[in-house]
Amino acid sequence: MALFKKYTFKGGVHPDDRKNLSSGQAIEIMPPPKIAYIPVQQHIGAPATILVKPGDEVKKGQLIAQASGFVSANIHSSINGIVKKIENLNTPIGRKSQTIIIERNDESETDFDEQHIENLDKKYIIEKIKEAGIVGLGGATFPTHVKLSPPPGKSIDTLIINGAECEPYLTCDYRIMIEKTEDFLKGVMLLKTALEVDNVYIGIEKNKPDAIHKLTEATANLPIKVIGLEVKYPQGAEKQLIYAILKKEVPSGGLPLDVGVVVQNVGTAYAIYEAIYKNKNLYERVLTVSGEGIKNPKNLLVRIGTPIAEVIEYCGGLKDDTIKVINGGPMMGIAIFDLNVPVIKGTSGILALTKEQTAIYEEHNCISCGRCVDVCPMNLVPTMIMKNIKKDFTEETEKYGAMDCIECGSCAYVCPAKINLVHYIRLAKSTIIANRRKAQQTKGASNG
Amino acid sequence: MVDNKLIISSSPQWRDNESIPKIMWTVNATLVPIWAFSIYLYGFPAFWITFLAIISAIITEHIITKLLHKPSTISDGSAVVTGILLAFNLPPDVPFWIPIIGSFVAIAIGKQIFGGLGNNPLNPALVGRAFLMASWPVEMTSKWLAPHGGTLSGLTLQGFTGATPLNIYKINLAAIKADTTEINIAATKAINGLYANWQKLFIGNIGGCIGETSALLILLGGLFLIYKKYIDWRVPFTYILTVGFLGWMFGGYQGLFSGNFLFHIFSGGLFLGAFYMLTDMVTSPITKKGRIIFAAGAGVIAITIRLAGGYPEGVSYSILLMNLVVPLIDRYVKPTKFGEVKNEK
Repeated sequence: MALFKKYTFKGGVHPDDRKNLSSGQAIEIMPPPKIAYIPVQQHIGAPATILVKPGDEVKKGQLIAQASGFVSANIHSSINGIVKKIENLNTPIGRKSQTIIIERNDESETDFDEQHIENLDKKYIIEKIKEAGIVGLGGATFPTHVKLSPPPGKSIDTLIINGAECEPYLTCDYRIMIEKTEDFLKGVMLLKTALEVDNVYIGIEKNKPDAIHKLTEATANLPIKVIGLEVKYPQGAEKQLIYAILKKEVPSGGLPLDVGVVVQNVGTAYAIYEAIYKNKNLYERVLTVSGEGIKNPKNLLVRIGTPIAEVIEYCGGLKDDTIKVINGGPMMGIAIFDLNVPVIKGTSGILALTKEQTAIYEEHNCISCGRCVDVCPMNLVPTMIMKNIKKDFTEETEKYGAMDCIECGSCAYVCPAKINLVHYIRLAKSTIIANRRKAQQTKGASNG
Repeated sequence: MVDNKLIISSSPQWRDNESIPKIMWTVNATLVPIWAFSIYLYGFPAFWITFLAIISAIITEHIITKLLHKPSTISDGSAVVTGILLAFNLPPDVPFWIPIIGSFVAIAIGKQIFGGLGNNPLNPALVGRAFLMASWPVEMTSKWLAPHGGTLSGLTLQGFTGATPLNIYKINLAAIKADTTEINIAATKAINGLYANWQKLFIGNIGGCIGETSALLILLGGLFLIYKKYIDWRVPFTYILTVGFLGWMFGGYQGLFSGNFLFHIFSGGLFLGAFYMLTDMVTSPITKKGRIIFAAGAGVIAITIRLAGGYPEGVSYSILLMNLVVPLIDRYVKPTKFGEVKNEK
């Protein structure tokens, strides 16, 4: 392999990574909340079916809502307590969901310890992952057992662990990699067994040299290659990550498994380790609480269902000049309007930005500077999609590749006219999907 | 808690520091040294004409936005860019009303009539200039001033001092082709004199429009804008190389490949057009490949006008003509999507 080979992709942007706010903070365990708000829709796919009713006593880690259908995920209680109510409440991703409200009681919690495990087979691991309700913890929240069960005819030969953590501010995956190195690698090996693959890579951006160093040492005797990736956003986007490491392009409209690859996030691998070695379901996660508006930025292990306001309070509260709170990173995260929404499985970070970092941006006419075209990692023309969807030319937006957009936000980030390009592309996408559905229905009606 | 003051918006949740005003004012700043040099060369008129053009552009922009009940856009700096560029394309000794009318037309008809910055199909300053050329051709082609300590053409040959280099080049090239021996000798001498003067053309102490003569200062400003990524290097380089190459190929009086590359690239308004007008974001294609096609096309048109057209200089019309082709280029030159299915081998 060439000495100067660069692992990167075309396009992208270089936002200031601001990771030093929290990268030095060891993962701290936040005490369980008094009341946990656990939505049954925390993942991509169908909401889970509720198994409990008000008055029921539940234990930490107990199944309280069951996956309904293949693409769905189990939901577990994150505390010992009594189910108080089931209500339709806001979630941090801007949607409402049926939420199980549990009040903690004084019953002492049992710990989950590592057990010695032998003779693991593929089926068992996948079944266990499904049971534990594990979803992609990078933020996409796609049920992991689905990703590990490729449809017949598709063969997988490579597993990539996504340790790029390319979103600014976020440091939770980094902390897992350097603090829980051995356990994390056990999780990676479990994924390798589940997928029956020979090639395993861990991709880490070069702004985390100690993580690269530590993992390179720890994997010396394991069939895992650690790759130092060039620092560029969105290096952690699945398709860009696969391209950087393998130089393979996932076909337009396709999935990583079309090129024989499965990508899993660092936090997910760690959750898989816990599910199998500790028999522990996914009821808590590591997340980063950071941003210039947070008094004491931290990396925290937080129970699912803890209100975000309490997490922020635990980190010293918000500074007065905070004007935005985000679930996730600043590039793809979702702005929160109600701080009482709970931490969910996909909450990789809680950020508070001040007016130094963000503002209400006023949109100007596009001046055709072409910056969005230059930075688009999918090689699209974002401004043409915007111009066409504004005129309701939905078919045109499809020709310009609206459906290929990964919503990384690079185009809007660099736009000097401050146009909300991603917003317009999402509008184009949903219009295209609505039109397709309509077309199908008319077809169905005429056939019937 | 500051709960009730939180901003909600679609991702990304933050943006970089670039903005349209920042781009436009930076462009303006890089134009200042060129302006200063023109004042050194031509004295007070160069200051006065440019100043009037800027003021007229600002006032026109302000009045039109007011009439349309839109927020005033003068602070974004684009009207000032238009004013300066219009003035830079005028001979230094034009009457005072020329820049005033020119800037008015540039802003009103070149830009605001289409909906303001971003919607104009043509470079506004060049629209203003084209209007002036058509309406007052005498003022626009005869009001030259000899630069400080030199002659208009840079030559000291008798009979060849009172016109711009490109004008002398054009007339004498035609004379040589007509082949009258007596004239031929003088004409050959004049053209060779122009060729030998390339350093003067490069530095700019030579006659011409207010802001076009110093290729050096324009190049420095342009390189700074390239470094800031406000303009794409592909546009000026493709344009200049196309004109230079074709000028060398067809522009000589001794048959093919006897022209002078340096004379063609440093004379006239080529550098100003290449770095400051052809690169105008609004009126150039949005893809890199499209920009190369665009700039090469403009180069072909510019040299065709210089060698075979009715004017000595073809830069501004080459840019305007190619501006009109931009929507077509943008329609047909699209980047290949990531993961687009390639033809089966």
